[in-house]
Amino acid sequence: MAGSGTAHLRKDDPSILLSVQNLVVEFPVGLRKKVHAVTNLSFDIAEGETLGIVGESGCGKSTTARAVIQLPKPTSGVVEFKQEDLTNLKGEDLRNIRPDIQMIFQDPISSLNPRRSVFNIVSEGINIWKEANGDLTEDRVIEIIKDVGLDVEEALVKRPHEYSGGQCQRISIARALVLDPKILICDEPVSSLDVSVQARILNMLEDMKERYGLTLLFISHDLSVVKNVSDRVAVMYLGKLCEIGDGDLLYEEPAHPYTRLLLAAIPDPNNKHSGNLDVLEGELPSPINPPSGCRFRTRCPRATEKCAAEEPEFQQIGNDDHWVACHFPHIGGDNGDDEITWPPQVAIEESE
Amino acid sequence: MTGSATILMLERCMTYKADEEHPLLVLEDYRIGFKTERGLAKAVDGVSLSLKRGQTLGIVGESGSGKTVLNRGVIGLLSARNTVESGSAKFEGEELVGENRQTFWGTKMAMIFQDPMTSLNPVMKVGNQVMEPLRQHQKLSRSEAKKRVADIFTLVGIPEPIKRLDQYPHELSGGMRQRVMIAIALAIEPDLLIADEPTTSLDVTVQKYILDLLTRVQKEQGMSMVLITHDLGVARGRADEILVMYGGRVMEHASTEDLFKKMSHPYTSALFSSIPHLHHKKHTRLTPIPGTPPDIIEPPTGCRFAPRCTYAQERCLLESPPMTHQGNHRFACFFPIGSQQGQEALTRNQQRGHTASGLQIRKKTEAT
Repeated sequence: MAGSGTAHLRKDDPSILLSVQNLVVEFPVGLRKKVHAVTNLSFDIAEGETLGIVGESGCGKSTTARAVIQLPKPTSGVVEFKQEDLTNLKGEDLRNIRPDIQMIFQDPISSLNPRRSVFNIVSEGINIWKEANGDLTEDRVIEIIKDVGLDVEEALVKRPHEYSGGQCQRISIARALVLDPKILICDEPVSSLDVSVQARILNMLEDMKERYGLTLLFISHDLSVVKNVSDRVAVMYLGKLCEIGDGDLLYEEPAHPYTRLLLAAIPDPNNKHSGNLDVLEGELPSPINPPSGCRFRTRCPRATEKCAAEEPEFQQIGNDDHWVACHFPHIGGDNGDDEITWPPQVAIEESE
Repeated sequence: MTGSATILMLERCMTYKADEEHPLLVLEDYRIGFKTERGLAKAVDGVSLSLKRGQTLGIVGESGSGKTVLNRGVIGLLSARNTVESGSAKFEGEELVGENRQTFWGTKMAMIFQDPMTSLNPVMKVGNQVMEPLRQHQKLSRSEAKKRVADIFTLVGIPEPIKRLDQYPHELSGGMRQRVMIAIALAIEPDLLIADEPTTSLDVTVQKYILDLLTRVQKEQGMSMVLITHDLGVARGRADEILVMYGGRVMEHASTEDLFKKMSHPYTSALFSSIPHLHHKKHTRLTPIPGTPPDIIEPPTGCRFAPRCTYAQERCLLESPPMTHQGNHRFACFFPIGSQQGQEALTRNQQRGHTASGLQIRKKTEAT
C-alpha cells in the first residue's frame, strides 16, 4: 500500500475542517534505527463528516490520531485545522486550540481518574477554561451528563469503578463533549464493549454528532463498525493509506487488493466478498525496515517488479469519491478472478 | 498403568469410536453456582445439551451469560472451594460431576483460552510449553516430543518451527501466540476441544486464518469442538449447531441453518440485530438490547430475558418458560417469533406502548 500523493485531498473545498498532509511519525529505536509508524499520510475531513480509519493492529491508526492532536508532535508534515498549521503552534497558542479537538480512548475504565467523582471528571475541562460563569458551567455539565444517558445525582457521588464499561465510555464521551469541540477523535471507542452495549454507544455517537454538529475521526479495526458510522472510509496498512473514499462505494467495490482481503476475512454471513480470495498470507513486515515501493507488495497477490520499484500514488476511480493507491487496482467489474500467484514473484528483501 | 488396564481402556475407546451415534459429551440439567457473600451466584442454571463426535457446537451470548463458566466447569478448571456443581455431565459415558477430571487433561480434552497474551508462561520457551503435555501425559521421550512439536508447528502454520521452539512468548506476535496455544491443545490429539473466544483479540485476517485452521484440523482428526464466541457471524460460519445462552440458561438451540432460517427466541433476534452488518448502508441505526444483563444471584422470576424483551407479557414475568422442541430446534419462550402467539404479544405491547415489565417501546420493531 503504498499510497503517497495528495491527489485525493479536496483542496479548494471551503468546508474542509481538518487537513493532514504528508504526515510522518517516526520513533527512534536503538542505534540509527527508526520505526516508521506513519509515512507520508494525507487525508482531510469536511465539517460534519465522519472519517473512519481501518487497519490491522500495528498499522499506525492510533499514532495518526495522536499526531493530529500533537501528542506527540509528528516528525514532519502539516496538520491544518481551520487553515492553521498545528505543527507550528507552541505553548499557549496550541493550548488554545485544544478544546476544539477532543479525544476518546479505547479502554473506558483506565482512561478515567479512579479517585474522582464522575461529575468532577466531566466538569474538569470546563472549569479550567472558565468561559462562562460558575452557574452556567454547572448547567452545561448537567446537560451533557443527561444527554449521554447518565443520572446526574449518581454522577455527583459515584466514581468510575461503580459504572460498567459501557457507562464509562459514556462518561468519556461526556468529558470530551463538554468543551463543545469541533472535532472528536474516537480511538477504538467500542472494541472493549459487548455487542449490545456497542450498539448503544454507536447510536449515541450518531445522536451527539447530529446534536452538536460534530466532525468525527473514527478509528477501529472492526470494518463493520467503521462502515456503519462513517461517511468516508480510509484503509491503512503499515503506516500508509491504501484506499480512501465514500464508505458505501469502498465496501461495494473495493479496489485495493488489501481492502479486498480485509473485507473477505469478515465473518459476516451476508458478506459478498467472502468467496473472493484466499486468506492474507505472511506476516506484517517490520515497520523498522518497511518494503520498498508499495508496502503491501510482500503479501499482495498482484505484486510485480513495478510495485517494488515504484511507489503507487493515489488515483481516482472514475468520477466517484473513491481513490486508490495501487498500480493494479480492481476497477470496474474486475472481480479478481485472475490467477493468484503466491508467493509474489518479486524478490522480497527480508526485513528484520 | 498395567497392561490389562491399558487394553481395557483401548477397548473402551474403540467401542466409542465405532459408535458414531453415541454423543461424546452429554449434559443434563447441569448447574454451576459460586458462593458469594450475597448468596449463590447461579452462573450456569440447568443446561442440557449433547455433542456428537466430529461436530462443532457454537455457544453464543453476551458477557456474563455463563458460556465460559459452563465450559470451564465441564473441563474441571473451577476451584472446588467456592463452586457448587450439580446435575449431570457425561463424557464418553463417564460421569464428570463430582469426579476429578485431570485424567482427561492432556489425553482427551483440551482448551484454547481467550487471551493468548496472558495464557502462555512468559518465562518458558514455547517449545517446552507445547512439549509438556506430550511428555507428561503421553510419556514421549524428549526427542520424540520435540519432533512432534515441530510437526504440529508446521500444521498450525508457524513458519520456521525449529527456530520458534527456542523462543519465548514475548518474541511472538499475537497471532503467533494464539497458534502456539492451538498447538498445545492439538498436540495431544484431543477428542474434545474447547475454544473459548479463540480469535476475539485478533485482527480479522488472523482470525480467519485461525478459524480455517481449527476447522481443517477438526476434519482431519475427527474431534468435537465447542466454539465459544460472542460473534454470531463467527458461529454461523463455523458451527454445526448453535446454542444461545442468557443468564446461565439455554435460550435457543438449533442447527446453524435452522437457527438463522427461523430465529424463534426474541433474545437471539435482538442479539443479531444489535450487530452492524456489512451490507447495511452507512449510518444505519442499530437496535441495541435495552436494559442490562440479569443479576444471577437473585435472578428475575419467570423468563430471565423478560425485563429486556419487547415480546414480554405478564406470564413471562411469573412463569419460567419450558423448553419447546420442534424437531432438533428447541427454545425457551412462550411467545416465539414467527408464531401467532408471538405476533399477538408484540402487537399488544406496541399498542400499549410498553411491555409487561414496563419497558417502553418507542418505535415499531419488525418481527422477522
